[in-house]
Amino acid sequence: MRLITAVIKPFKLDDVKAALEAFGVHGLTVSEASGYGRQAGHTEVYRGAEYQVDLVPKLRLEVVCDDDDVDDLIDAIASAARTGKIGDGKVWSVPVETVVRVRTGERGTAAI
Amino acid sequence: MLTGMPTSAAVNAGDTAWVLISAALVMLMIPGLALFYGGMVRVKSALNMLMMSVTCLAVVTVVWVLYGYSLAFGPDAGGVIGTLRDAGFAGIGTHTVTGSIPTLAFAAFQLMFAAITAALLSGSIADRAKFGSWIVFVIAWVTVVYFPVAHWVFDPSGWIAAHLHALDLAGGTVVEINSGASGLALAIVLGPRLGFKKDPMRPHSVPLVVLGAGLLWFGWFGFNAGSALASGGLASVAFINTQVAGAAGVLGWLGVERRRDKHATTLGAVSGAVAGLVGITPACGSVNPLGALVIGLLAGVAAAYAVGFKFRLGYDDSLDVAGVHGVGGLVGTVLIGVLATAAVTGHARGLLYGGGFDQLGRQSLAAAVVGAYAFGMSWLLAKGVDRFLGFRVSRDDELAGLDLLIHGETAYDIAGHTAGVGHRVGQPVPAAHGVASQSSAKIRP
Repeated sequence: MRLITAVIKPFKLDDVKAALEAFGVHGLTVSEASGYGRQAGHTEVYRGAEYQVDLVPKLRLEVVCDDDDVDDLIDAIASAARTGKIGDGKVWSVPVETVVRVRTGERGTAAI
Repeated sequence: MLTGMPTSAAVNAGDTAWVLISAALVMLMIPGLALFYGGMVRVKSALNMLMMSVTCLAVVTVVWVLYGYSLAFGPDAGGVIGTLRDAGFAGIGTHTVTGSIPTLAFAAFQLMFAAITAALLSGSIADRAKFGSWIVFVIAWVTVVYFPVAHWVFDPSGWIAAHLHALDLAGGTVVEINSGASGLALAIVLGPRLGFKKDPMRPHSVPLVVLGAGLLWFGWFGFNAGSALASGGLASVAFINTQVAGAAGVLGWLGVERRRDKHATTLGAVSGAVAGLVGITPACGSVNPLGALVIGLLAGVAAAYAVGFKFRLGYDDSLDVAGVHGVGGLVGTVLIGVLATAAVTGHARGLLYGGGFDQLGRQSLAAAVVGAYAFGMSWLLAKGVDRFLGFRVSRDDELAGLDLLIHGETAYDIAGHTAGVGHRVGQPVPAAHGVASQSSAKIRP
């Protein structure tokens, strides 16, 4: 099993969610995040004082999936989240040892 | 009336009603100012910013009843200050009359002015003042600075009103230049916030700032038109002038921003409104609506440029008390000398209406004296408080934020999941909903 984590632009959430549903994935965890990469923040002006804001708001998506699906899912997320402009985010995956569905106690792929 | 005693013949019912309503309108400006300021600071000290205004309403009210009213409006001593004869409102009852209204209505109205002027100062020392020291400073400041200056200008026997004949209907000197110069002194004595000029000190909630500015604008009708102390033509011209100058201030500030910063900002719009309203405060009973347009516009433009000086000169007037109130008040007070028209004042004329430089000189002198007195005395008082009590919190406290350390509160719990976690201190650790955590509660000592 794999845990896919994606950091995306907040307004692309609907597109990514639709892409995951089209793929047959029905579970998703979303959290608000902030960070910076090559986009390196933006400037804001308050009463004439210009501030460089380094951390940009992002969403972090987490999905657990089968090993077989991981490459296709990563591609689906990346293409759905892509605008082609700087700051589109990252997608990565790591191996997962155990997954338990809390309600039933099912383990492994049955719990995905 | 309720006691069945006859009301004095000199009391005018319409005037009394308008001044009482105006007093309530000005009272609303204080929570308005609290929100205006509170939204502009970072979240970690937002409540402290609100509290500095809210406590002024309480503290200044107590001082006002005990001796403040008497120092400001008691029997005159040399045009400089009132005597203590009226301390505790001694001898002032329902029949005592000031002008055409009961003295108690006048006293209630003027009380709100003292409270909001003290609250205005807090903007210059955001995020770093000891709360107890602030309260001590407020008591000392209203006593030594506000009450005398109010006497000079608002009491008919005060030297600025009676001898200098400078015009100031609603407090361009008493409230605006006074708070601006005093705030500047406070900012200098306390020194800049940690990270000033380096860290982004962004407003944590511009919507709160807009709400606060809206309440200020609304209350300003009472502040300015109520200062006529009567309901009639003077109140009406002050009312329309207030609206016109606030509007022009918005446009003036936004014009500067569009040109300088390439963005017309929300914070700039409401800051411009306040600057325009500040500008018209002294002049609302001296100019016509076209004059108010000019004053509001120029106050908005001047303040929009003035707020940048603190970064160049290195003093941290955090929320621009000097930049907005000091500069706006100066613009309005001095421009009376140019734009005052006899059609409104009844006698005095500005430069533009054939009055020559006479009124301009009087206005400038009043502005200079009040500014210098306020700056000097506030600097001394702040230094005194700093020496005996310490005026500034420790470095660690400032970095952590004042809300939790001073007030034991935090402004927001927007992420709802933190609300139900924890337990009330002094009560047993709550029995959890599930069996498993009940046992874990037993394990805790």
